[in-house]
Amino acid sequence: MGAEFLFQGATIQRLLAGLGVTLRISLISVALSVPLGVVMGVLFTRKNRVLRAVLRVYLDFIRVMPQLVLLFLVFFGSASSLGLNFSGEVASIIVFTAWGAAELGDLVRAALEAIPQSQYDGAFALGLTSKQTFARVILPQALRSLLPPSVNLVTRIIKTTSLCMLIGVVEVVRVGQQIIDFNRFDYPMGALWTYATLALLYFVICWPLSLLSRWLEKRSSR
Amino acid sequence: MTRPTRPQSAPAEAATSATPVLELRGIRKSFGSNVVLDGIDLAVQAGEVVVLVGPSGCGKSTLLRCAIGLEQIDGGEVLLDGSVVSGAQRDQQARTRMGMVFQSYDLFPNMTVLDNVTLAPTLVRNADKAQAEERARALLARVGLAEKADAWPNTLSGGQQQRVAICRALAMDPEVLLLDEVTAALDPEMVHEVLQVVLELADEGLTMLIVTHEMSFARAIADRVVMLDGGVVVEEGGPDFFEHPQTERARAFLRTFEFHRVGR
Repeated sequence: MGAEFLFQGATIQRLLAGLGVTLRISLISVALSVPLGVVMGVLFTRKNRVLRAVLRVYLDFIRVMPQLVLLFLVFFGSASSLGLNFSGEVASIIVFTAWGAAELGDLVRAALEAIPQSQYDGAFALGLTSKQTFARVILPQALRSLLPPSVNLVTRIIKTTSLCMLIGVVEVVRVGQQIIDFNRFDYPMGALWTYATLALLYFVICWPLSLLSRWLEKRSSR
Repeated sequence: MTRPTRPQSAPAEAATSATPVLELRGIRKSFGSNVVLDGIDLAVQAGEVVVLVGPSGCGKSTLLRCAIGLEQIDGGEVLLDGSVVSGAQRDQQARTRMGMVFQSYDLFPNMTVLDNVTLAPTLVRNADKAQAEERARALLARVGLAEKADAWPNTLSGGQQQRVAICRALAMDPEVLLLDEVTAALDPEMVHEVLQVVLELADEGLTMLIVTHEMSFARAIADRVVMLDGGVVVEEGGPDFFEHPQTERARAFLRTFEFHRVGR
């Protein structure tokens, strides 16, 4: 078969450790993105024009930039121009937090704007304060429509962290390459098996999220 | 649809003595250069049912929205039991003394029927949860929806949703209830079930200010009819407004509800 190397030595453990780095970068970025994105989204719905313009420029900047360029910008750019030496992992978390917050902010904005004015009017007529209205009426409705695309965003972040190896982070794809290089001469088909294993690992992580997103979507359209 | 004369209904005499529950004085409201309300005076006495009629776009709904504070007024004042509540920032306490039911029901889709009704009492009045629920179930039973307490709003028909919306407003024990074309979005067969509920509330002595296009309903429920047109009160009268309108504009308006075949 030519895949025995996968079960020799510490290969599996190394791959799982790499996957751990992938998940650590992703989950920390997501955890930081959620509060930032919610705040950004709420600010987006404010009437303040300057605030909206600033947020719009930020969002568009993050959107049009390839994530790889952002990684290089933060990792090399901050070192050369600001004298800040981030580790690859910290630089990655900064980039994916900035990206996740921007995308989530836009999702929150859309979800909040989709709620009709009449919901605010109904709550007002019942005597609720604007805080009570937001917490009990608006936010729960926004969350319902917000969850499916947010889970999709998490999947996108997990997949895109594979770029982090290009700034020296040893995440799961980088580990895979090391394994391929190590076994290059003994196992000619090693690359294929290793990449298949990587694909399987990503699938195991992302497929349940995809199912969750679809289930949430079905539920929210009830 | 007929309504027995209520013992306490003597609004014409009461109007001179008692302080009105709701009084609007010289209400003015413009949207841009479009003057919608141009100095409206209107008083609603305790237990009285006042019906606002008039052509589309004459400002009836805007007047209700101004009364409860959903729209800022440009001039005039709103009084509840004789005290002004129309300051720049109406306090929560004053808002809870009026209830309003809207054309599009606007139940909160993220909570059950029961939670829709108990939300404001528990949140705004700090009512005991169990007591609020008991009260809500009683209100729902009264409008024939006892078995729908745990249902989600979007599983109900329009008429059922509107009856829940009425319960939601009543749960706050409003001193005056504002109804804004509550049947305009309903299928014809559901109009009756909602209006029947409103009629029963009137018979129980609830003070109401009603905007409606249902003329037979208006005739059945009104203690007093006020017709708006062009941002001013055109005519004001008892239920006989419909039989004997005084002004030409009122006559022209009422004619739009009749049908005549040409050549007969």
